[in-house]
Amino acid sequence: MSDYKIIDHSFDIVVVGGGGSGLRSALAMKEAGFEVACVTKIFPTRSHTIAAQGGIGAALGNMEEDKWQWHMYDTVKGSDWLGDQDAIEFMCRKAPEAVYELEHYGVPFTRNSEGKIYQRPFGGHTKNFGEGIVQRACAAADLTGHAILHALYQQCLKHKVHFFVEYFALDLIMNEEGDCVGVMALCMEDGTLHRFHSKNVVLATGGGGRCYFSSTLAHTCTGDGYGLADRAGVPLQDMEFVQFHPTGLYGPGCLITEACRGEGGYFTNSLGEKFMEKYAPTVKDLASRDVCSRALTIEIREGRGVGKNKDHIHLHLEHLDGKMLHEKLPGIMETAKIFANVDLTQEPCPVIPTAHYNMGGIPTNRFGQVVRPKGNDKEAVVPGLMAVGETACVSIHGANRLGSNSLLDLVVFGKATGEKAKELYLDQPKKSLPKNSEASSIARLDALRNSKGKSTVAEVRLAMQKIMQADASVFREKSTLTSGIEKLDKVAKSIDTISLQDNSLIWNYGLIEALELDNLMTTARSIIYSALNREESRGAHSREDFPERDDAKWLTHSLAYGASKNEPVKLDVRPVHTWTLTDEVQYIEPKKRVY
Amino acid sequence: MVEFALPKNSVVLKGQYFKATEGAKNIRIFDIYRFNPEDGKNPRLDTFEIDMDACGPMILDVLMKIKDEIDTTLVFRRSCREGICGSCAFNINGKNVLACTKKIVDYKGRIKIYPLPHRPVIKDLVVDLSTPYAQYEAVKPWLMSETPVEKNKERLQSPEERAKLDGAWECILCFCCSTSCPSYWWNGERGYLGPAALLQSYRWIEDSRDEEAGERLAELDDHHRLFSCHTIMNCSDVCPKGLNPGKAIAELKKKIVLRQ
Ligand SMILES: Cc1cc2nc3c(=O)[nH]c(=O)nc-3n(C[C@H](O)[C@H](O)[C@H](O)COP(=O)(O)OP(=O)(O)OC[C@H]3O[C@@H](n4cnc5c(N)ncnc54)[C@H](O)[C@@H]3O)c2cc1C
Repeated sequence: MSDYKIIDHSFDIVVVGGGGSGLRSALAMKEAGFEVACVTKIFPTRSHTIAAQGGIGAALGNMEEDKWQWHMYDTVKGSDWLGDQDAIEFMCRKAPEAVYELEHYGVPFTRNSEGKIYQRPFGGHTKNFGEGIVQRACAAADLTGHAILHALYQQCLKHKVHFFVEYFALDLIMNEEGDCVGVMALCMEDGTLHRFHSKNVVLATGGGGRCYFSSTLAHTCTGDGYGLADRAGVPLQDMEFVQFHPTGLYGPGCLITEACRGEGGYFTNSLGEKFMEKYAPTVKDLASRDVCSRALTIEIREGRGVGKNKDHIHLHLEHLDGKMLHEKLPGIMETAKIFANVDLTQEPCPVIPTAHYNMGGIPTNRFGQVVRPKGNDKEAVVPGLMAVGETACVSIHGANRLGSNSLLDLVVFGKATGEKAKELYLDQPKKSLPKNSEASSIARLDALRNSKGKSTVAEVRLAMQKIMQADASVFREKSTLTSGIEKLDKVAKSIDTISLQDNSLIWNYGLIEALELDNLMTTARSIIYSALNREESRGAHSREDFPERDDAKWLTHSLAYGASKNEPVKLDVRPVHTWTLTDEVQYIEPKKRVY
Repeated sequence: MVEFALPKNSVVLKGQYFKATEGAKNIRIFDIYRFNPEDGKNPRLDTFEIDMDACGPMILDVLMKIKDEIDTTLVFRRSCREGICGSCAFNINGKNVLACTKKIVDYKGRIKIYPLPHRPVIKDLVVDLSTPYAQYEAVKPWLMSETPVEKNKERLQSPEERAKLDGAWECILCFCCSTSCPSYWWNGERGYLGPAALLQSYRWIEDSRDEEAGERLAELDDHHRLFSCHTIMNCSDVCPKGLNPGKAIAELKKKIVLRQ
């Protein structure tokens, strides 16, 4: 253990993650007057927020009449009533302000003829409580995430956030009371260990979609936040809800944005039918993502898929004006050309439902404070710990996220963390570090570095991904989930027998991948156990043996504990917030969800 | 005549040879630069025979296959695998590219993969980018404006004004451009900002919402910072996003002349 040099740091706030959510939180913390460190395993502008294409949702009403109340209704309905309505109201109300702030930071939004921010239609966003499609997604061409991520990084530079780039967060440091007092990280460049002592840690580590074989996400989206939280005794909420995006590029899985359908694209099957008319008569190809993904899957299953193996679907854009495509969807044109060799102005794009987004995550309230129920107090928070972005579950996305609501989530709740921290921590001293706070991280690191087993990281990862893809995908049922769990638990145990060829300290990427795999496994296990537990179909969670939504029993958040351990995951529930934030809107009662 | 030669400890030696698995029919050969700062040895060029029937179509797929199955000690940066995060920029057969968007079939013969040129190598294909990052920060890449904005309103910008930013804001900071520029190799540490940082500066100068164009130009008006660009145009030639930093730099030079 003497190998490891430990370097101590002290900051008011440590944000783990340099994606959109982490940067917005860091900025808000700076604005609140804190000294802020941002610890990130990749350079901030390489975070996967860069990949967001279509837009950020806000009822600005730049293109046609729109209201935050309609946005709220759509989000609640999109969530299949699993979202917390107080948080949803908060987000939709704050959305315009959050987008204007981004504009003020310099985000190069596309403009309409009046010079205002351009907005495009997106799945599930409607006017007047479901009557028809509305243009609500604020866009910077089809590179909205790039535009926002760069602008936020630039603001963080301007405001002198202290960045620790290519530092891998290993574990949270919790004191005896279970409060969070800091975080341990590994500097990839020289292998030194860094102990950050802080008043408050914000986890902003993004999603964990890489536990599936086919994913729209980057290689670095490995659910590290879920691992950190779980090891610290924090539950993971609603993990069974994984969004499959209907239009992952067939093969490599790169995303083909929903904006394609927003701008007039549509699906066909091998018979040339525009089949979405059957599944969503009102909004058709712009139905919400779970609905479209199921429709595509059914078409393929019933033998109406396209291609040699009849295993994918066509998305058509070639009927649209080529000049418009180049102007509004340049990134997609390029991606389709490079990865599928398809010229979208001439021919259809091969697509397939692909793992895309974790609706679930670390439970938080609408201030970003992490929730860890204690006895009867289901809203008890963990002092010193916040979470934001895809790794968090506020919950606004409930059982199914609407497109363009994630970027919104990042900035609205990123900002909220700063406001809350100011109130809680500005005048408070740091709590002291427990003794040997580094011990468990070092033990884990050391075990991995020196383990001499027979499997490799790549083998174990692939085995996990294949199981998740087969048994915890668009459609699920008891028998396959049960056997999936059995297989996955076995694979999870084999992490202990991984052998690393490289036990150096400088840029030991094999070691980093092993640590990531550990976190991915926690992600995967929490998903599949929660999926078996929830005996109903809601949003993205579709059980063939329980095809109906069951509000009497399951209008509730699920919690998973101990997914990082070598034992069955423990499950619990926590009530959905069935109230709104203010009296200006009424709680929206559950009803059947049709598009 | 001056003679240029690498310092002794930088000479790239012949490395290991990894043969393809038995029975592989469709083999391509990859030479990959390796350097381990911990073993005190020179950098070397390892050679890998790869069975293309068991590998994805992109250069990044080869690197991942090697890392996953053949030599797990190989180190390189990568993330999005779709050409937008800028992590996997390497020098392949003499040209800076993103490994994830380059198809193997587009190269003939042996394929040589080196780190980005003229950056200190940390390990294998990972280079130190702290200088280009600092240069990016030095151009103050954020909106500067004195005019107060209304809290719940956007600034207006006409579609024509906005169109001026196209081709200037999409940079992904892969630094293929800067590290391909001979002038940057010589002058990058002496004050030349390089094409990536200059394109960024241009992006703000062209933005109708920014009010500090004069100040920005004054800062660039320097023998090194801007004028070490000698219009070699490697930058525009290599940009994997099809941007044209060379043209942006020419525009900046013109603007500075016109101010005087
Ligand atoms: C292809 C694609 C398109 C999308 N399009 C849209 C869209 O149009 N509209 C929309 O609203 N949403 C969209 N989304 C969803 C949205 O982009 C993401 O949910 C969101 O950007 C996630 O942001 P984040 O800040 O939570 O995480 P990320 O941007 O993924 O950032 C995670 C950060 O955490 C850091 N990190 C992770 N683990 C560690 C660790 N162990 N130690 C240190 N640092 C760590 C990483 O370095 C990174 O900086 C899209 C998603 C994808 C994949």
